[in-house]
Amino acid sequence: MSLVTRREGRTKLPPEQPSIPQRRGGTGAYWMYLLPGFVLLLIVVIVPLVWNVYLTFTRWRGVRSPEFIGLENWQKILGDGDFWTSFTNSVWMIIAMVVVPTILGLIVAALLFDVVGRKFGGKVGSFLRATYYLPQILPIAVAGIVIGWIVRPGSDGALNQMLGWFGIPAYDWLGQMPSALIVLMVVMVWVQLGYPVVVFMAALQRVDPELYEAAELDGANWFQRFSAITMSIIRPEIFVVTLTCTIAALKVFGPVYIITRGGPAGSTLVPAYYAYQEFFTKRNVGYGATIATVLTIVVVIVSIIFIRVQNSLERKERAGL
Amino acid sequence: MHATTAIITGKPGRTRARGGMTKKRPVDWLMLALVVIGALLVVAPFYLVLVNSFKSPVDYATSGPLALPETLDFGGIITFWERVNFPEKVWNSIFISGIVAVLAVVISMLNAFAIGIGRVRGRSWIVLLFLMANLLPQEALLYPLYYMFKSVGLYDNVWSVIIVFTVVQAAFGTYLLSSVYGTFPKEVLEAASLDGASRWQILWRVVFPISRPTLSVLLIFFFIWTWNEFLIPLTFLASNANQTVPVAISVLQGDRLMDVTTTSASALLGVIPTLIFFLIFQRTLTRGITAGAVK
Repeated sequence: MSLVTRREGRTKLPPEQPSIPQRRGGTGAYWMYLLPGFVLLLIVVIVPLVWNVYLTFTRWRGVRSPEFIGLENWQKILGDGDFWTSFTNSVWMIIAMVVVPTILGLIVAALLFDVVGRKFGGKVGSFLRATYYLPQILPIAVAGIVIGWIVRPGSDGALNQMLGWFGIPAYDWLGQMPSALIVLMVVMVWVQLGYPVVVFMAALQRVDPELYEAAELDGANWFQRFSAITMSIIRPEIFVVTLTCTIAALKVFGPVYIITRGGPAGSTLVPAYYAYQEFFTKRNVGYGATIATVLTIVVVIVSIIFIRVQNSLERKERAGL
Repeated sequence: MHATTAIITGKPGRTRARGGMTKKRPVDWLMLALVVIGALLVVAPFYLVLVNSFKSPVDYATSGPLALPETLDFGGIITFWERVNFPEKVWNSIFISGIVAVLAVVISMLNAFAIGIGRVRGRSWIVLLFLMANLLPQEALLYPLYYMFKSVGLYDNVWSVIIVFTVVQAAFGTYLLSSVYGTFPKEVLEAASLDGASRWQILWRVVFPISRPTLSVLLIFFFIWTWNEFLIPLTFLASNANQTVPVAISVLQGDRLMDVTTTSASALLGVIPTLIFFLIFQRTLTRGITAGAVK
């Protein structure tokens, strides 16, 4: 998951005119500077991407040459229960990585900024902000190991030991159907929460305190002020957070690989892990490529929808002003 | 506005917000308590890992996961340290992430120079094209890349990972820097041009020094993002000697011989480098996260 705020679709580049007086070659000479980046992009992204799409029409075990089979993989994927499970789990991942962290993040950021920052001092506020952010810089693999260790089955697992004090018998958290997915979701909430908190707190600095004071004099309570003033001002940040986190949720791989390996019985399978399994465990390269391609299409569609909605909301806002 | 600024910088004495810091209602204490409890829940796993890494297995079995260790036992840490040859893994991670960070910043700068300052034709599409590297699921590139690296002998070589992540990180760098360079002060560029500076000189003598703060934020982010990556290193670095810290730790997870405290120690050793970055770069990190928000 990347941390920097991205604002796709919001960058308006100035008109196509070189800002430096041109002596020779005009803007054409600048193409030279794009060359190294473009060559690398071609090798690492464009060629593999096209190749991957080609592979969806083949049967290939990674040795000898791919055998062209037309739409067979695409027909198979439609009737593949595991594939549909993996996309249903993507929805759970979106709840755990987007919906819950955004809502909790709004609450925490508002409390830290409005209450803690104002009444108890900025130092307390930024210390707590840093605490919430900590899991974000942890390698996702290590975060998975930390949690995997805590929920170890049997009575030597930390969680089971603690529950034992209350007389609750040891439970195999990762071995049962709903609890494995729940553990995965809790991990993702834990990992993701700090990102919206930090972004929203930065956004809250844009809110003019005088607006708040005016609303307060008019008798608006804290919640009314928050929903009317704060929410409308930090809306761009909410968009950025939901877009980047949704993409990350669709692409999630590390925690699934480490904590559950898709199990038990495929109940925590996600598309990225499913594709990986087909590539390297089952050696069905063509089918793995098909899953990866569907995932790519979904990511692209989601990004386009987000950017469209954001742009139209911005236009409406401008028209309203 | 001053009140807000003071809150952010957190300077004592200037933090008195308009409402007055001293007037604390019971509700405020309740809110503080809620946020603190949340924060404690967030750090609880770190506490568990830290405490249990220094216990002997017997101590863990008798005192449970929450208690402090009775005596400091380095057994788990030593076992893990030796089993994965931890210094080697740290060095691999530093080498890969460091080279990626530098190369990706250079490529981003070259791209952004052409897009943001040179204003080449169709630049919005070019930015989008580059951004693909960052946006697309890595699985969609994984097998072809795996096959390509195998056929040119770069498989199981740290340079395969370096090449891939240079492109992935530079994609984001190109996007961010292009909009930063798009607002680069025109007068400075014109003055340099009138003084007879070539484009190459303008890039290195004018644009590079002025944008150094942004570049350093990018450098740190690229380093940390690359350090944290998992799928590509897992796939391309098969042999033990080439693995990065996250991969080496995860590979050992399936090992049935690892006792509870050794597993905890492995998590601790994975967390420590990250904690060090965090303490050093805390300010840069928060600056970087909001970098996109700064026009």
